[in-house]
Amino acid sequence: MTGLLFEQALNGLQLGVTLFLMAAGLTLVFGIMNLVNLAHGSLYMVGAYLWVAFAKLTGSYVAGVLLALAGTLVVGVVVELIALRTLYERDHLDQVLATFGLILFFNELVAMIWGRSALYAGLPAWLSGHVELGELRYPVYRLVIIAVGLAVAALLWWVVVRTRLGMLIRAGASNRTMVAALGVNIRLLYTIVFGFGAALAGLAGIMAGPIYSVQPGMGELILIQVFVVIVIGGIGSIRGALAGAVIVGMVDTMGRAFLKPLLATVWSPVVADTAGPALASMLIYVLMAAVLALRPEGLFPARA
Amino acid sequence: MTEPLLAARGLRKSFGAVAATDGVDLEVFEGETHAIIGPNGAGKTTLISQLSGRLRPDLGRILFAGEEITALPEPARARKGLARSFQVTSIYREFTALDNVALAVQAHAGHSFRFWRDARRERELREPARAVLEEVGLGDRADVLAANLAHGEQRQLEIAMALATRPRLLLLDEPVAGMGVEESQRMVKFLATLKGRMTMILVEHDMDAVFTLADRISVLVYGRVIATGRPEEIRANPEVRAAYLGEDEAC
Amino acid sequence: MRLAPRTLALVAVLALLAAVPPVAAAFGQPFYLDLFRRIMIFAIAATSLNLILGYGGMVSFGHAAYLGVGAYAVGVLAHHGITNGFVQWALAIGGSALVALVIGAVSIRTSGIYFIMITLAFTQMLYYLGVSIEEYGGDDGMRVKTLSQFPGLLDLADPAAFYYLVLALLVAVLWVSGRLVRSRFGMVIRAAKSNEARTRAIGFSPYPYRLVAFVVAGAICGLAGALLVNHTAYLTPEFMNWTRSGELMFMVILGGTATAAGPLFGAAALLLLEDLLQGWSLLPQWVRDYWQLYLGVILVLVVLFARRGLAGLLPGGPNGDD
Repeated sequence: MTGLLFEQALNGLQLGVTLFLMAAGLTLVFGIMNLVNLAHGSLYMVGAYLWVAFAKLTGSYVAGVLLALAGTLVVGVVVELIALRTLYERDHLDQVLATFGLILFFNELVAMIWGRSALYAGLPAWLSGHVELGELRYPVYRLVIIAVGLAVAALLWWVVVRTRLGMLIRAGASNRTMVAALGVNIRLLYTIVFGFGAALAGLAGIMAGPIYSVQPGMGELILIQVFVVIVIGGIGSIRGALAGAVIVGMVDTMGRAFLKPLLATVWSPVVADTAGPALASMLIYVLMAAVLALRPEGLFPARA
Repeated sequence: MTEPLLAARGLRKSFGAVAATDGVDLEVFEGETHAIIGPNGAGKTTLISQLSGRLRPDLGRILFAGEEITALPEPARARKGLARSFQVTSIYREFTALDNVALAVQAHAGHSFRFWRDARRERELREPARAVLEEVGLGDRADVLAANLAHGEQRQLEIAMALATRPRLLLLDEPVAGMGVEESQRMVKFLATLKGRMTMILVEHDMDAVFTLADRISVLVYGRVIATGRPEEIRANPEVRAAYLGEDEAC
Repeated sequence: MRLAPRTLALVAVLALLAAVPPVAAAFGQPFYLDLFRRIMIFAIAATSLNLILGYGGMVSFGHAAYLGVGAYAVGVLAHHGITNGFVQWALAIGGSALVALVIGAVSIRTSGIYFIMITLAFTQMLYYLGVSIEEYGGDDGMRVKTLSQFPGLLDLADPAAFYYLVLALLVAVLWVSGRLVRSRFGMVIRAAKSNEARTRAIGFSPYPYRLVAFVVAGAICGLAGALLVNHTAYLTPEFMNWTRSGELMFMVILGGTATAAGPLFGAAALLLLEDLLQGWSLLPQWVRDYWQLYLGVILVLVVLFARRGLAGLLPGGPNGDD
């Protein structure tokens, strides 16, 4: 039983880390540029697709990853320059609808190029094995994801706390107009922040590709969870994104794994069968509602 | 000694490390016109916002007509008779001037969970609104969209909306901000007609306006009241001259 | 009584809609009756969203939830043998109102980006709920074998009768919505959208008014859901998919926010556009196969350049509304 618990906890952490990579970029874009970007999930998808394409092209996993990262960064910056710049001034409704249009565009674009069925790409041998953790045999790849995610979190922490860019980011997250008034090149800052976020989303997609399937619309499935993360963590806050992501990742994974058997023992197998999956999928939203009721600004809001 | 209509005791409000309000005591009596002056950054708008309920003080108490209102939210204070005008014009730009004032009247004319009657045909809203517009001098501009009014007219509309709520206390945050000389003088003349029958707290930079209208003045510097008294006393106060009027005279 | 051009256009469109069944029958094209009935059902849903989004400024990304609740109320009851239309539709409306009350109570305390994300998240929650309940079809959905019954009154299986019922309901919803936005209640909602700080300063607390508006909008959309499931004779959680919410928002903005005619124009424009992109034989196949891509581009362009929507092209009444 503890083995199962441990395994699901690790899975929860892995999901959490993936959510964090998505949430970090998105929460900064929310907080600094006040931009609702629904197409963030599309960047996740683009990352995954580019990886599959480049890995096949070069025959190398690592080359595939690096090229895909670069590619997603480029796509992100291009989108920002062409479509999003005008949206910074607009109200949230316009941003929602325009980025919604972008989602449709990207989903069909990848379908055009790669077809509508799910793509599966293999992992190189050195990532495909299992590792012995006590009694548990756990996939190496998932551990790598956790490690990479935590490393990125540490890197982000270093950038935000110790560099000038990070200081501008923190200032921008808590008071956008002040930063502009201080004469900082706001456009450049925005593009950098957006590019950062795009790269992180792409990385999340690249890492998630082999586990979840690579198909049109994959971005939207995870995007909703990312929203829940950001609401729980607080807009504009990377710390909040990390806390929220780990919480959501854990709650969702553990809920799906253990709620049904729990209901079966406490109630009855029949109830567990019908209510279990339903309740498990609702769990993170109930959690979100609870956090909102108690702390509407989230757990670690960026603004005072 | 009568009870003040509005009393603030020991108000403190900080934003991060900055103490915008650093222990303010204020007393305003019924029928009085009380001006609050101070250099830029003294925390005047922050103080007004705490009095109107837009901001919650970190420490301190606010009493209105003897009643504790420190925790009362802004709309509730407005309903009790505390009206406010904003320093940066804050009106309903897509509505006509008449609609703007009628909304203010509506807020104090019974409840608004009425779903059927056309509000624009309700005489009990429209007529008082027209009357207030006449009073401030916007009678012939009633059907103009607020966005199309001149800046000075919009400031007048601000005042009209505050008056339409039939307040016991008017909080006016820089009523002549951004107005030309003629317009300011007209506004000051109008405010003078309110003196005595309305209790007013007036935040202003324009010294002519202040000395014409104020019965008493409080001087706010770095979030603290350094002096309170009648205009002549304040004029003569050396601390005040140094901190504030000195700057002003040099300009 | 002088009517604004915008209002005249609306009346004209409604009159044209009334003429569709006989015309379609005369040309032997029942497809058009179906198409326009679908447009009207979505127009009802879009009108309800316009109340809170267009007039109220509440960017609710979860409005499709109420289409789902309404549809499921009817579908589930039918599945269990309760086919009385009055009972089903009353529960559809009541259920939607209740769900809106719960979601609204939590969400309306927030604003801005939070509100958008929260309403979206709650809708997805309901969607996943629908997907996970196997008995009602799970994510495949299920056929509704018996439509809502109104014994003695009308038979929904008669296409023209159903059509005119929907038209009548659309007119009723438009009328009710019109009265709401002009009432005291409506003025508070619109004021809160225009300038929330000012609204609080004169003595209104927006929360209770917004909550009521949210519930009313949800209830009306629940009715649209009941109509929709009868129209498709098929129950599916896709009714509540967030992309459906996005479509509804598009209808509102494409047609022109805060106008009476907007939702109908927008619903017609979007659904006709979708139909066109998918089926017009003059378009090359590679456009029709990936029609959503072109729709996406069109949507982005509309938002960037044609913000005032279709109804915004026509002048409205003297007070800025019609």
